[in-house]
Amino acid sequence: MTDLACRRGDRVLFRQLSMRLGPGEALQITGRNGIGKSSLLRIVAGLAPAFAGNVETRGSIGMVDERHALDPLLPLGRALGFWQRIDGAADNELARLGLSELLEVPVRYLSTGQKKRAALARLIGQKARVWLLDEPLNGLDVHAVELTETLVAEHCAEGGIALIASHQPFRLGHMQAMALADYAA
Amino acid sequence: MSGRIGPLLKRDLARLMLGGRGGGAVMPVLFFLSVAMLYPFAVGPDAPLLARTGGGVIWVAALLAAILPLDRLVEPDIEMGMFDQWALRGISEELVIAVRVLAHWISFGPPLMLAALPAAALLGLDGETLRIVEIGLLAGTPGLAALGVTVAALTAGLRGGAALSGLLVIPMAVPILIFGAGSLGIGGESGLALAGAASLVLLAIAPFAGGAAVRAARG
Repeated sequence: MTDLACRRGDRVLFRQLSMRLGPGEALQITGRNGIGKSSLLRIVAGLAPAFAGNVETRGSIGMVDERHALDPLLPLGRALGFWQRIDGAADNELARLGLSELLEVPVRYLSTGQKKRAALARLIGQKARVWLLDEPLNGLDVHAVELTETLVAEHCAEGGIALIASHQPFRLGHMQAMALADYAA
Repeated sequence: MSGRIGPLLKRDLARLMLGGRGGGAVMPVLFFLSVAMLYPFAVGPDAPLLARTGGGVIWVAALLAAILPLDRLVEPDIEMGMFDQWALRGISEELVIAVRVLAHWISFGPPLMLAALPAAALLGLDGETLRIVEIGLLAGTPGLAALGVTVAALTAGLRGGAALSGLLVIPMAVPILIFGAGSLGIGGESGLALAGAASLVLLAIAPFAGGAAVRAARG
């Protein structure tokens, strides 16, 4: 992405932001609340227009944010099943994510962390090359945090790209970090 | 792409027909029948009067019943982030909206046409009038479905969106209502064709207007 700028309402959040990520690379975007981390991810995903600049991505994009896109009234198994049919995925690593016992539970009864893990299962099933993770560690317990870090590491080891927006430390070898405050307008 | 329409339609139908908290397809039908049942109480048991005005009552009841599920049509999926995830997978908003129009119509059009049979009996309509009402509903309800989904997409995320969408649908449904109910008058068969034409126009516009509205709501 080159010379990216973002505006929310009348405020320009950041400008002149340029970076480049190759296969296997991961980048964590840090910064205080409201600085534009989520907006940056949505611009990269193509879900929000950039105020200025260009984003160029190769390969499919998968995103996990605070909206988990799982039908709250359906049991978890069927809510995930919908995305499996859309993505044509066979394996969502459900057992590893500790979701196997929860498949009969309606999504609305799941805890924050369980929903987050379900969203990660959806992301894994999508087999996207670029992962955009918006605060992936929110609401996760210690074990699940380690698991998420491992999953991202495996994704990058297979040549995937990860862009992580988080104010929490995310332990990952070879992780680059970028403070969004440096580009604040 | 066609492999994705199946799951989308199946999900939409499950949500709109059985529809959890909203009551699904049962609510509009019950609403429709209760209007048909209350009308004779309100105007009195004058059989010729009921037979003359009953067709129009069925049309008004059908229009109001079509408005009931509007707030569940689009907004929950925007809030849940479903549209974001579809967009990431290259599934356009237009396709989703087109599928939803079809699912919405299936969930209230045919059920209302079935419910029109007991409603016609309650209002004492004769067979010929019932036939025209049924054909009119077949021609008009797809347009009502397209209009409903479009307006639901336009008002998604607005405060008081549910009430607003009802208010927006009613004036825009007037052409279908005039031609559909007008076909019951003498020599009104051409009204059926015009109701069908209005339906087709709305069906053609809905995916694009609705898709643009969803993208605008995303901001």
